[in-house]
Amino acid sequence: MGTLGDSSGVLMKIDAWLQSAVADAERRGLPELKPLLEALAKTVAVVRAADFNQSPVANRQSSDASRQP
Amino acid sequence: MMTIEEFGRRLRAREITSAQVTEDCLQRIEADNPRLNAFILVMADEARRQARDADRQLAAGHDLGPMHGVPISVKDLYDIRGTATTAASRVRDGHIAQRDAPTIAHLRQAGAVFVGKTNLHEFAFGTTNEDSVFGPARNPLDPTRSPGGSSGGSAASVAAGMALATLGTCTGGSIRIPAAACGIVGLKPSYGEVSTEGIVPLSRTFDHAGPLAQTAMDACLVYHALLGDAGAVPPAPMPVKGMRLAVPRRYFCDLLDDEVRARFEEALNRLRDVGAHVTDVDLRHAGEIAAIYLLIVLADAAEYHAATLETMPDRYTAPVRLRLEMGQYVLAEDYVRALAGRCVLRREVDAALAQHDALVLPTLPIPAPSIGATTVKVGTSTEPVRNVMLRLTQLFNITGHPAISLPDGHTASGLPCGLQLVGCRGQTDVLLRVALGCERYAMSGSSPRSGRVGG
Repeated sequence: MGTLGDSSGVLMKIDAWLQSAVADAERRGLPELKPLLEALAKTVAVVRAADFNQSPVANRQSSDASRQP
Repeated sequence: MMTIEEFGRRLRAREITSAQVTEDCLQRIEADNPRLNAFILVMADEARRQARDADRQLAAGHDLGPMHGVPISVKDLYDIRGTATTAASRVRDGHIAQRDAPTIAHLRQAGAVFVGKTNLHEFAFGTTNEDSVFGPARNPLDPTRSPGGSSGGSAASVAAGMALATLGTCTGGSIRIPAAACGIVGLKPSYGEVSTEGIVPLSRTFDHAGPLAQTAMDACLVYHALLGDAGAVPPAPMPVKGMRLAVPRRYFCDLLDDEVRARFEEALNRLRDVGAHVTDVDLRHAGEIAAIYLLIVLADAAEYHAATLETMPDRYTAPVRLRLEMGQYVLAEDYVRALAGRCVLRREVDAALAQHDALVLPTLPIPAPSIGATTVKVGTSTEPVRNVMLRLTQLFNITGHPAISLPDGHTASGLPCGLQLVGCRGQTDVLLRVALGCERYAMSGSSPRSGRVGG
């Protein structure tokens, strides 16, 4: 836990989502959404980086650690 | 303007009638509404009829309790049978409510008189009341400024003496923010306590219904009536001596206008002087509050508005439409992450309250902003008005804890500041005891009526 948002893969995923969302907004005639979507991307990054997120890897490590003598 | 308590005493002493006080409110509305734009609909004939009925009932010995004959206003998100619920939007053109919302039905049974429906930020999706198809509501203390929002018209109606109390709704602070901006009391009860049925939703995860009034006791009386228990015995004030209050300083006191900070510290000193134990607490995930709030409220709102965004997008005001459109891009996985964050924040607030009677913090980091301002200077930084206004209140919509804003003095230019108290989940009555204690013993230097226009 605590590393999810630091992963370059996840950050790239936010970039890809933002590009797609901005393109969709422009296609729909809403270019003024772009700055709002950019702000939303920063919000998403904050939540994805939070240490309350869980992942199978983090859970397994935690479980494994708890089984250590 | 008299309080509901004073109204009740004088009504039962036959010094006044509901008809007289209702007429006074209607005259205030006629005189000041062109300037303040607090009301979308004035229900003058209906209010006069209700007031006469209330007087007749009382004369016949049928006393319905503390709300009997009390003129109140209602945010135009609540259904009142036979009237339009506009939500301050052209999207709702042609709507007529077929029945009362349960909260309205409870107040009607308790004998309240409805003087009209008040202006708001369109669909309650904003903190300034500027984006309304009816134009902005204005702050009675300075009409160049916002009354706060989204229940801005409601707060303005009480602050200007157009009603003795009002009903608001609160998704991120929309009861406490306008209460603080207009110098009155605003109560957001614990999540789920007061029915939101028959009220146009913004976020079903965060929506609350509650009163704005002139005093904590008045808020308490309206709150009990909203629950359908108007005759409930009001709680006794909690003695301030020995009261245990916790200040979540980090994050919540990091970004405050200098005068708001000064009023807050003065309030804490007054509370200490009369025996309150004031300690600091830390909420570890405070830095994630705004992000968690935004993802959930955007997605919830987008879901409710999906069909009308498709079929009638031009009927929304442009800023509200854009905010709703933004919600359509929130991914399900991020929404679920935000819900997980909500659980974490709820546990942290529960833990902070475990050894305390209430959290105490300012309500609004800034005094009421100028109408039209999109950014505001706070200390050395320039911040978006919307973000700043939500900063201290939205957490308790996320977690569902009851919260109340009390008047806490004024800036040098006469703009009110608010003191926020937060109680344990499901214990709104205990929070009201704390608020009654603080208001009675500690906040006597900051009368809610100080400086009020027409007060």
